Amino acid sequence: MLAPFQQLGYATLSTLQKLGRANLFICHVVMGLPEILRRVRLLLAQVYSVGVLTILLVSISGLFVGMVLGLQGYNVLSDFGAEQTLGVMVAASLVRELGPVVTALLFSGRAGSALTAEIGLMKATEQLSGMEMMAVDPVKRIIAPRFFAGCLSMPLLASLFSMVGVLGGYFVGVGLLGVDEGAFWTQMKSKIDFYDDIVNGLIKSAVFGVIVTWIAVFEGYDAVPTSEGVSRATTRSVVYSAFAVLGWDFVLTALMFGGD
Amino acid sequence: MQSSRAIEIWVGLFVAAGLIALFFLAMQVSNLAELKSNDSSYKIVARFENIGSLRVRAPVSVAGVTVGRVSSISFDNQTYEAVVEMRIDPKYDTLPIDTSASILTAGLLGEQYIGLTPGGADDHLADGDEIELTQSALVLEQVISRFLFSKAEGSGDKGGGESGGAATSTE
Repeated sequence: MLAPFQQLGYATLSTLQKLGRANLFICHVVMGLPEILRRVRLLLAQVYSVGVLTILLVSISGLFVGMVLGLQGYNVLSDFGAEQTLGVMVAASLVRELGPVVTALLFSGRAGSALTAEIGLMKATEQLSGMEMMAVDPVKRIIAPRFFAGCLSMPLLASLFSMVGVLGGYFVGVGLLGVDEGAFWTQMKSKIDFYDDIVNGLIKSAVFGVIVTWIAVFEGYDAVPTSEGVSRATTRSVVYSAFAVLGWDFVLTALMFGGD
Repeated sequence: MQSSRAIEIWVGLFVAAGLIALFFLAMQVSNLAELKSNDSSYKIVARFENIGSLRVRAPVSVAGVTVGRVSSISFDNQTYEAVVEMRIDPKYDTLPIDTSASILTAGLLGEQYIGLTPGGADDHLADGDEIELTQSALVLEQVISRFLFSKAEGSGDKGGGESGGAATSTE
């Protein structure tokens, strides 16, 4: 009769334990920062595999998202005779929401899952314990460069996404649908505020970068060291990242844009 | 794995591309370029009976040219008026002291902005000065109700012989 309560208690305790482990882990990773700054090459190699290899995915997705926004926005706005505000609509939705959020989701699928699988496999094949045997701290040597590379890459990728998206919206709106070019840019410039929109979008993408990479490296480090455990950890990494990004997006939007 | 030189070049290109994108967003998409001269701008104040839906950061224009922006809007407890503070670009420092301010609407559904009409005085508005002549926002509901009232009165006067409201509504 008490079995359901025991299960509930077990689930609660293990979730809290995992949260605690994740927080201790992130403290350990952040303490590796001075070492990273002394050996920048480790970081660069990770920025390459985490950031550079994601550019193509992010820019192509951004282009299509921007073009779809251009088409859909034109359809709705032309009903009100307000096609000229198409630029505002495209730029505002990209810079405020879609840029950071969609980039974070793509980033967790492309780079986060790879990080989890890589670290999980290193753990499964006992490379991490091998390093510990050689008195090399695997968290500082392996995890910290990957974590900071992810945090650094996300804002850059999100900016790239927004820029390519705005150009995609421009291409469809001005090039194909015949919205006035001057109105497209000047309305955009007068309505999009640098601090309220662009800096807030940048803060969002930085927060998502920390969240996604944190989840990815922690799930890899915390994986059960078997092939099944690594595959589960990879799935969890992507699923938890998606939940966390969308949830935090609501919180951040409420804080940034919900005030007035 | 590529050589470390190739990796460094790629990472450099990546960071540069990201920064260029950010710069593009700042300069081409947002209003950062206009904000720059803001620090040396001067402040003028105007009081309105009704500001309609005027917002902070709405443009202030003279003859259709934007010369500044609304920096804050507050309510005066003593006079029951809205106090609107505007920051004007220091390039335009020769506005006469008897300039009047009115709240206008850009287009039918556009946002509201402040239009300044220069007067004829020789003295110029300086930092902290107040504009005395103001005209409130046009509230659409009030205009419509005034229009309907005058219409109704008009039809009551001359429509004595006619058959009432149905004829006037078709006009």
